[in-house]
Amino acid sequence: MKNRSLISIDDFSKEEFIKILDLAEEFEKNPNQRILEGKVVATLFFEPSTRTRLSFESAVNRLGGRVIGFSDVASSSVKKGESLKDTIKTVANYCDLIVMRHPVEGSARFASEVSSVPIINAGDGANQHPTQCLLDLYSIRKTQGTLDDLNVAFVGDLKYGRTVHSLSIALTQFNTTYHLVSPQELKLPSAVKIYIKDRKLDYFQYTDLTEAIPKADILYVTRIQRERFSEPIEYEKVKNSYNLHKGLLEGAKPNLKVLHPLPRVNEIDENVDDTKQAYYFQQALNGVYVRQAILKAILGL
Amino acid sequence: MVVSAIDNGTVIDHIPVQNVFQVVRLLGLDHCDEQVLFGTNLDSQKYGKKGIIKVHNKFFEREDINKIALIAPTATLIVINNFKVVEKKRVEVPDQVLKVVKCVNPNCVTNVENVPTKFKVINKEEVKLRCHYCEKITDKRNMGFR
Repeated sequence: MKNRSLISIDDFSKEEFIKILDLAEEFEKNPNQRILEGKVVATLFFEPSTRTRLSFESAVNRLGGRVIGFSDVASSSVKKGESLKDTIKTVANYCDLIVMRHPVEGSARFASEVSSVPIINAGDGANQHPTQCLLDLYSIRKTQGTLDDLNVAFVGDLKYGRTVHSLSIALTQFNTTYHLVSPQELKLPSAVKIYIKDRKLDYFQYTDLTEAIPKADILYVTRIQRERFSEPIEYEKVKNSYNLHKGLLEGAKPNLKVLHPLPRVNEIDENVDDTKQAYYFQQALNGVYVRQAILKAILGL
Repeated sequence: MVVSAIDNGTVIDHIPVQNVFQVVRLLGLDHCDEQVLFGTNLDSQKYGKKGIIKVHNKFFEREDINKIALIAPTATLIVINNFKVVEKKRVEVPDQVLKVVKCVNPNCVTNVENVPTKFKVINKEEVKLRCHYCEKITDKRNMGFR
């Protein structure tokens, strides 16, 4: 993995995922290791994402590295009309690795082709967010003890939810059974289903959340955004039917864990937070360990 | 109507009539210095009507010619040397498509920054292309050209 960019979840093999997850486990036991001393990591956030940026910066800091960068384009030369290519080529001179978030799809792949240092994609528009995917895999493995043969239910906006796409593609390597719960308008796109079909894995589609819960080992909940609907009335019709509350978890398997990429709005009721199924805050913490592992693997330390 | 024979060059035959002008553009024949003849709505025993393009003194790279398979899969490529047919082949959909096709995703980096497009052909029969950058699929129905 040394010096390779991490752009899309299919850039790495199953063995490489596992290696990252194993490394992350080491960081969970001992998060403060000064292996990045003397290294500079640039975090270029062409659109704001506080959570992802802080998680990366926390990972770099815990490893003793330094961070440079910007957290939105207002404070960068992009605003003056600089091309992405020029920005990347310039910043690559100042650092050992670039973490970038950009609203345009494919921008991270392009950056990796013009950069002299490796790029970690921290989200390119609606396309990929591989570090989120790896931390989701880590959380699944940690809570279930395995990644193989699980029943994973995805709930909410499966059409536009980038984390749903990356994770469902990554899980095709682990003989997953998919339970896809969404309003008609927000079903999983066929470009993603192709991966599931290619592996001849089972998937079931539901519009009713209660049907899927008893079958699931993992409930991966995402936010349904009002702006995804052309008719406001359609949004009003579905918004409450995907609201997970404590009562719905009664018929769940004992090993069920609820994951959410956060931020949450109202799709998981606060009364779920204190149940033993709630795992989303721990999931966010796992993001730091997984990003430490990715930094270590790519920098070859 | 008879389209006169050429002594040396390339003939692209059996082009669907609605795609002749697209093929001309795709191969850059609208900026070609050699003699170019083309006809459309010609009678074809095989397809009823067809289009044909003849380019004098020009021989295409395999990769270039295969691009036209994206829009004209029935086309035949005929290479003429001294009035004789030296090669006759159906065009084939290539494994990779560079530059000519526009990505269907308006928010793809190839449509926002100055980046040439690059696609992997994931289905040759239905002509489905996966963008190397944004990973969205462009297919026959929504294919545009740069």
